[in-house]
Amino acid sequence: MTSTPTPSAAAAAPTTSSGAPRVAIRRRRRPTTPYLLLLPAVAILLVGLGYPVYWQVVTSLQQFGLMQQFGAPPTFVGLDNYVRIFTDDRLWAVVARSIAFCLVNAFLTVAIGLGLALLMRAVHSGVRIVLQVVLLLAWATPLVAAVTVFRWLFDYRTGVVNWLLVELGFEGYAGYAWLAQPLTFFGVATIVIVWMSVPFVAMSIYAGLTQVSEEVLEAARLDGAGPTQILWRILLPLVRPVLAIVLLLQIIWDLRVFAQIRLLQDAGAPVAETNLLGNFIYELGIGSQDFSGAAAVSIFVLLLTVLLSAPYVRSLMKEDAV
Amino acid sequence: MSAVTDAAPAAPPTVVPPRPAAARRSRPRVGKILLSVLGIVVSLVWLFPVYWMLLSAVTPNARLMASTPSFWPSHFTLANFTGVLSDSGFVGALRMSLMITGVTIVLVLTFAFLAALAISRWRFRGRTSFVLAVLFIQMLPAEGLFIAQYKMLSGVGESAPVLGLNSVLGVSILYTAMLVPFTIWMLRGFVAGVPAELEEAAMVDGLSRTKAFLRITFPLLAPGLVASGVYAFLQAWNEFTTALVVLPAESRQTLPIWLRSFLSASVNRGIDWAEVMAASTLIAVPVIVFFLFVQGRMTSGLVAGAVKG
Repeated sequence: MTSTPTPSAAAAAPTTSSGAPRVAIRRRRRPTTPYLLLLPAVAILLVGLGYPVYWQVVTSLQQFGLMQQFGAPPTFVGLDNYVRIFTDDRLWAVVARSIAFCLVNAFLTVAIGLGLALLMRAVHSGVRIVLQVVLLLAWATPLVAAVTVFRWLFDYRTGVVNWLLVELGFEGYAGYAWLAQPLTFFGVATIVIVWMSVPFVAMSIYAGLTQVSEEVLEAARLDGAGPTQILWRILLPLVRPVLAIVLLLQIIWDLRVFAQIRLLQDAGAPVAETNLLGNFIYELGIGSQDFSGAAAVSIFVLLLTVLLSAPYVRSLMKEDAV
Repeated sequence: MSAVTDAAPAAPPTVVPPRPAAARRSRPRVGKILLSVLGIVVSLVWLFPVYWMLLSAVTPNARLMASTPSFWPSHFTLANFTGVLSDSGFVGALRMSLMITGVTIVLVLTFAFLAALAISRWRFRGRTSFVLAVLFIQMLPAEGLFIAQYKMLSGVGESAPVLGLNSVLGVSILYTAMLVPFTIWMLRGFVAGVPAELEEAAMVDGLSRTKAFLRITFPLLAPGLVASGVYAFLQAWNEFTTALVVLPAESRQTLPIWLRSFLSASVNRGIDWAEVMAASTLIAVPVIVFFLFVQGRMTSGLVAGAVKG
């Protein structure tokens, strides 16, 4: 569920200048209280996430075939499942596809988001409010509803996209099935994801831009800096930390795209050629009941996420230390 | 900034002001108008999918199937909505979604609030490791866990069906586990924002610790709890991936899963896009309303976090 690029993770926390925990006296008086307070949260995390991760580690090291489905005790096979999965060409095709899709989407989202943030800064305040409201609407639209609307827009028979293309003179698009070919399928998926993700990026960068003080810009203008120089020498360097964080978050989120692909595949896409990592795990586990293989790929995805998240977590920890 | 000051000495300050000032004043005005036009165009493009959903929802399906689409509500009807609302699947899914979302909000708020209190009001051994773990856990994708969660719930369900696959409690526990980490982090900021001195002052004035907390600190935390509650609502209401896996029975679907099967079921006999869009609208409207309601708070939190980077 954290996969939805909703306000989620990056909205970081509302921070306060007085963030330093107040402790002094209480520590000595009631040393057990904080642990008691943490107990329910730790318990639910161990049940809901800890045990599944543990199960996956164990299962990925076991033979979990048909025999085990019927109650035979699983046998320990070491890293056999990993060897089997990671020498499978299908997995590498999915990994390559996921990485390419993730990078294209993340960079496109951040580039468009940056463009819109700069646009919001440059336009009349009325237009800016319109843009912000529209972006919020797109941000707020639930994932399933958004994907469903795009399926309707790109419907091959009566979709408005094909109608518009034909009207513009591209007769070849009459009845064109966008979701039946892997390349156009990922094109539509990219449009959906960029449409949903840009608002968060644009708003974050715009928020960063508003922090650039007017005096700095005024000083630059007096010194003879033109709009281009102001953009490249002042604005972009000052919002670089925000850019880095939103790009990282987009990469992490776009690597785990599952629901959008699953929902678009329903329109008759070639499943094997359009699966990304999450979909591959789903097919392997729920589809072919290969739980050991699915567990091995899951562990791979989890490790990749932790690795990629490290810089983001480090930046949040800095905030905690304030 | 240094880049700009470097550029300064090239032109003596006295020469700069007069001429370019006039030129600069008129150029930005034209530029601003052009950019504003671009802004309007971008807004229209971005708005279009939402507009198209609403428009299709109030148009008869026969009109949607016509060869030329209509861009205005020319044949306004509410029949699509009554069609969806009388679908027993929709009503069942609505009930499931409401129950799961309700249980999740209560559990998430309770557990995350207690933990946020611990990490923002006490320094204790293991605090840093806990915060670190929370931040990493919050990043874990559902796709990396759902196979194990499926097996876990199907195992538990054999002896305790109320917690197994297709159960409200089972899926709510999974949602709670996924949402608690970020909610702790979000609430931590709010709790830290209420100075402990306030509470201590009330205690000096004779209130017990519990009373001081309930009368002083808790009311000040209400906005934070509301924001976190809405966040949990949005996540649980929209969740697709985990629900798809652990709620396999058709009668136990949540709204997002139901919408998918509603669409798939009609593929063979020609999709009734009007009803599908009405259903999408019904699912999206509560979310959009709640989202706009907390948006201010979310964006301000986002500013603080993002700008500090």
